Amino acid sequence: MADEVKLFGVWGSPFSRRVEIALKLKGVNYEFFEEDLSNKSALLLKYNPIYKKVPTLVHNGKAIAESQIILEYIDETWKNSPILPKDPYERAQARFWARFIDEKLMPTLWKVFWGCEDHDKVKEEAKEHLETLENELKDKKFFGGETVGLVDIVGNFIAYWVPRIQEASGLVLLTEEKYPKLYQWSHEFENHGDVKVKLPPNDKLLAYIKSRLEGVSTSK
Amino acid sequence: MAEEVKLFGVWGSPFSRRVEIALKLKGVDYEYVEEDLSNKSPLLLKYNPVHKKVPAFVHNGKAIAESQVILEYIDETWKNSPILPKDPYGRAQARFWASFIDEKCLPALWKASWPCEDHEKVKDEAREHLKTLENELKDKKFFGGETVGLVDIVANFIAYWLPRIQKATGAELLTEEKYPKLYQWGHEFENHGVVKEKLPPSDKLIAFFKDRFESVSTSK
Repeated sequence: MADEVKLFGVWGSPFSRRVEIALKLKGVNYEFFEEDLSNKSALLLKYNPIYKKVPTLVHNGKAIAESQIILEYIDETWKNSPILPKDPYERAQARFWARFIDEKLMPTLWKVFWGCEDHDKVKEEAKEHLETLENELKDKKFFGGETVGLVDIVGNFIAYWVPRIQEASGLVLLTEEKYPKLYQWSHEFENHGDVKVKLPPNDKLLAYIKSRLEGVSTSK
Repeated sequence: MAEEVKLFGVWGSPFSRRVEIALKLKGVDYEYVEEDLSNKSPLLLKYNPVHKKVPAFVHNGKAIAESQVILEYIDETWKNSPILPKDPYGRAQARFWASFIDEKCLPALWKASWPCEDHEKVKDEAREHLKTLENELKDKKFFGGETVGLVDIVANFIAYWLPRIQKATGAELLTEEKYPKLYQWGHEFENHGVVKEKLPPSDKLIAFFKDRFESVSTSK
């Protein structure tokens, strides 16, 4: 019986791309539906009624929402090329750092780049979180060790989006001098054979970020 | 080789109690260390350097933080009385609802319990989330089905803390008329033989919330 895998996403969303990266790493074929978030499809609303967001994965008619939950589902369903370690303690560590990225690092980075109150304070917080992640990476090629794992995938925003937001805005936090390991890691990640085919086109993303930044500065 | 299991927690924290409930359900012996959050112990800071929070869980010298990460670790390490289903889709659904509770429900319920700006709007949001949970429960005894599972444990705040906050402050969010299934579930949960031994003493908790309510109300 053929597996039916559908993914509802948007080209520029790191969350959506996480799922695509995982599916590619495992060689899983899927049908991609590009959503217009200003005009969400009836199918998206049916498959993700609680949040109405991308990414939403549908496997043989069953829908799963929330990118980290989808990643765990993918890892448990397609067991080749695992993205989580086998050992419970290592798995806990991976989940801890994935959570840290989504709950601490990304929100502060987001606020810094798009503008917020107490900007200097938030910038200091973001730098602190980057430092924490830098220390966690140690001398590993990837957070997952020799291969791309859950934490690397969840860190895609840092590897690929952050440099482009920095280029577009002139606001630079992640530099080679301050965070050499993270910087090196982001190059390994974005050049990884399976990962790079599932990242948004550079120029298109830069242009999109630039236009959003202009919209933000003119509306203030 | 004897297992060494330690838990750093506080008596009144729902997050800390989640871990105690899971350990009790699986019959795992552990050493409990009560923390004073205004004067955190060096051990806590050593075992949870990133967040410096409770609960922090240490198994044979290896530390794990973040209650949901700890719960998954416990389930993978002690395989009796599972708190997550076996099948990947069922697991994804459980994780989804656990995530919904922590990211949407609890923040809204907490905010709505105390005086704040836009109080009606905040209360409406809280009620909406309770309704969503009510609908998800359907006719099940527990979110986990016949037995207490991850979602029930993560929802401990709703079953036990919320009614006591309501008693202490006069707030009325979770009522039997509006949410009959959730109300019934709350009773099943708090009276569950194993769970009830790992809940804070009722009077002590109510007194704690009364104190908080008084200081919050008088400081405005």
